[in-house]
Amino acid sequence: MASLKKIARRSFLIGSAAIVGGVAFGTYKYHQPAPNPLAQEDGRAVLNPFVFVDQSGVTLIAPRAEMGQGVKSAWASLIAEELDVDPAKVTVLHGPAAKAYYNSAMMSEALPGRGYDGSALQHSLGEIVGHMAKFLDLQVTGGSSSMRDGFERMRHAGASARETLKQAAADQLGVSRDQLTTEDGHVVAPDGTRLPYSALANAAASLAPIEADLRPASEWRLIGKDVPRIDMVAKVTGTAEFGVDVRLPGMKFAAIRQSPHFGVGKTAFDASATEGMAGVDKILDLGDAVAVVASNTWLAQQAVDAIDVTWEAAPYPETTEAIFKEIARSFDATPNSTMRDDGDVDALPDGATVIEAEYRLPYLAHATMEPMNATALYSGDALQIWAPNQGPTVVQKKAAALAGLDVDAVEVNTTYLGGGFGRRIETDYTDRAVQIAMQMQGTPVQLTWSREEDMSHDVYRPGAIARYRAAIKDGKAVMVHGKIAAQSTTVEGAGRMLGLPMSGPDKGHVDAAFNQPLAIPNFRVEGYLAKPMLPVGFWRSVGASFNGFFSDCIIDEMAHAAGRDPLDFRLELARAEWEPAAKVLETVRDMSGWTGKTPDGIGRGVAMAYSFGTPVAQVIEVADEDGQIRMTNAWIAADLGRVIDPKNTRAQMFGGMAYGLSAACFGEITIDGGAVEQENFPDYDALRMHTMPTVQVELLENQPRMGGAGEPGTPPAAPALANALFDLTGKRARQLPLMHEFDLLI
Amino acid sequence: MSTTLRINGTPHEVDLPDDVPLLWILRDEIGLTGTKFGCGVAACGACTVHIDGEAVRSCQVALSDVWGDVTTIEGVGTPDMMAAVQKAWVANQVAQCGYCQSGQIMQAASLLAENPSPSDAEIDEAMQGNLCRCGTYPRIRAAIHDAASMMKEA
Repeated sequence: MASLKKIARRSFLIGSAAIVGGVAFGTYKYHQPAPNPLAQEDGRAVLNPFVFVDQSGVTLIAPRAEMGQGVKSAWASLIAEELDVDPAKVTVLHGPAAKAYYNSAMMSEALPGRGYDGSALQHSLGEIVGHMAKFLDLQVTGGSSSMRDGFERMRHAGASARETLKQAAADQLGVSRDQLTTEDGHVVAPDGTRLPYSALANAAASLAPIEADLRPASEWRLIGKDVPRIDMVAKVTGTAEFGVDVRLPGMKFAAIRQSPHFGVGKTAFDASATEGMAGVDKILDLGDAVAVVASNTWLAQQAVDAIDVTWEAAPYPETTEAIFKEIARSFDATPNSTMRDDGDVDALPDGATVIEAEYRLPYLAHATMEPMNATALYSGDALQIWAPNQGPTVVQKKAAALAGLDVDAVEVNTTYLGGGFGRRIETDYTDRAVQIAMQMQGTPVQLTWSREEDMSHDVYRPGAIARYRAAIKDGKAVMVHGKIAAQSTTVEGAGRMLGLPMSGPDKGHVDAAFNQPLAIPNFRVEGYLAKPMLPVGFWRSVGASFNGFFSDCIIDEMAHAAGRDPLDFRLELARAEWEPAAKVLETVRDMSGWTGKTPDGIGRGVAMAYSFGTPVAQVIEVADEDGQIRMTNAWIAADLGRVIDPKNTRAQMFGGMAYGLSAACFGEITIDGGAVEQENFPDYDALRMHTMPTVQVELLENQPRMGGAGEPGTPPAAPALANALFDLTGKRARQLPLMHEFDLLI
Repeated sequence: MSTTLRINGTPHEVDLPDDVPLLWILRDEIGLTGTKFGCGVAACGACTVHIDGEAVRSCQVALSDVWGDVTTIEGVGTPDMMAAVQKAWVANQVAQCGYCQSGQIMQAASLLAENPSPSDAEIDEAMQGNLCRCGTYPRIRAAIHDAASMMKEA
């Protein structure tokens, strides 16, 4: 334990070396339970960290961020499946920030393996790396990991709570526990007597938890079915509480202006113009930002805009062009990783045709619908935070450090999130609220960023360059050699999250490039890390968001150079490597009625990407309508191994694709004078109802492991569209966004 | 100078500068937080409310310009008494993150008031100013059709 902790705290090794080390440390601390964060009160039976029962009924804790993916409902369903309660009739809370709620599945994504070829060793390594999340206090929502993480743990929590309630009933009725059954929130005795769980709370509170085997899939009532979302009514009546909706007695509202140049402060500051402005309470100098506290957000915003500030110059290249030059320069160094190196990419067979391509993708903002915001109340010896966040323990730790308080003195309340997409795993916006609250002791303050502030102070999806050299011979793929250069999300984003320097080969950087389930005899993928420039972070599907484009586009170019049907070409490569990948391709082929031929004025493209444990294939159809190009239809097939809630999972797949297509068409963050040029939705648009294609989604359950849902829909979207545009126009898009080269319907 | 705004049938006395947008009066002064702030420049539709039945972007309507009775999402229906359009939203399980949905519903309600049987193209036309980053559009469209049927039957 000591050595694990020491190593983990010093530097989190993300490569294979750490895994080998991890195995050697043994397992003895992993199985010690984290303390239960729920208080045992009179009349309340806290059966485990995820279930408590009191007179008012059953409460389940779903400690994952509800940012649209339906996790609150799906997580509750897993518990309810064993506990025999109707998810619609119980209370579901997010719960506090706590070690007991760590995410074990997300950390295992850091393993160096390809994922789809997971062996028993890979699996046990995954367990161990997952347990490290507990040491690192990682209660986070990300990496499409919630269901993989909760699938067994939450059913066990439900089963144990059920058996404990049955024991309480057994003691009361004077029968043995195995004579009792449970149904819809009641323990049922052999004579038909029904005892509601709430009536057993007092008795159950004094019992030790009882473990039980999980029910077989054949007995499931909720898993695999469409379960109505428990947040739906609140979200259509305006009663769901998002971060910006928190209202506290005596609350004030704040607005902020941060340095447009990342990582530097200001040289001059004159707030005299704000004096006497309506509603202004306080003007705050935060060093690298200025803020105003006022009686409402808009008045605070007007005042903060009126402050005259001169900012220090940017400490990084000041234009997009110069930044990309710097990214390209990283190809000159030795690679950070070579995670796939099959065969010999330098020895080409005689007569092979070589294809070379350079692709370039822009930095991207998250642009969640709810701008960054947080509310904080500082009382001198304690801090309360209300925030739409993806990592409550991370928020808590950062806030405690900022305020000079013990972690236990910081309470984090997680609201609904108006979109997350990886943006809310950061703590910059909660840190700002804490900074402001500390200067407003005793007054709760809600800080809301303007949309302009949100867009120009994101942690961006890194801009990336890929250089591919590939070869075909006799209609077959014989070689692919990809080199990928970008700033590292792992080094920068994960480093901020964990508070540790990251070292070793960065898997996330080449995810969906090195681990594509394609049988290519000579196949090498190298990752090159560019130095930090713009702040970069986790953006829906992370590295796969750019690598999915690179690695699929080169396959499409190879198929066309070989004169092959692009779907058949992929299918042949997938079939020889991993059957579930072939199946998703066959499924979109059949769904779309793919013939490989399209009439004039219609184009179709296919793409396949494996990421976050799930292979996803997409076909997109575009039409030329009087010179303007419209996306008409799309088909998605995904294999998640196990689908918890089909309707909700289809929505995730569709939404992931929509997010990817929005970026592919319109998304780019550019820099001039060291500052982000995009300010608001008119500069950074997304698909709207009239530009969204009609989409059909099919979910498969062929693969043996459970894959993610939130992210894997995104990576194939951009290449499928670019490939469709090639089919329509003959023009190959090697850069995004597509609006620069194609006349897309807007 | 104090102004009286009629919101969801209730008069509210407001004493604020003339140029404060209705959005912030609703949210920060009156506490009706169902109406959302998304962009502040009428580019996303999250702040849509009705003034005398007409869908408007409340981020663009200054206090002194509020020309009639204001209806917000809270005035359309409540969890216990939802309007047809909200019931249709539930039946189609429209919302994902849900942040844009108040605005979507207000826009849809105003469309349905003007056009009781909108076609897909008419829905697209009316709804294109309302952004959704989760991609709930097809379920919104289906919910609008369902709401139209429900309202005809009622």
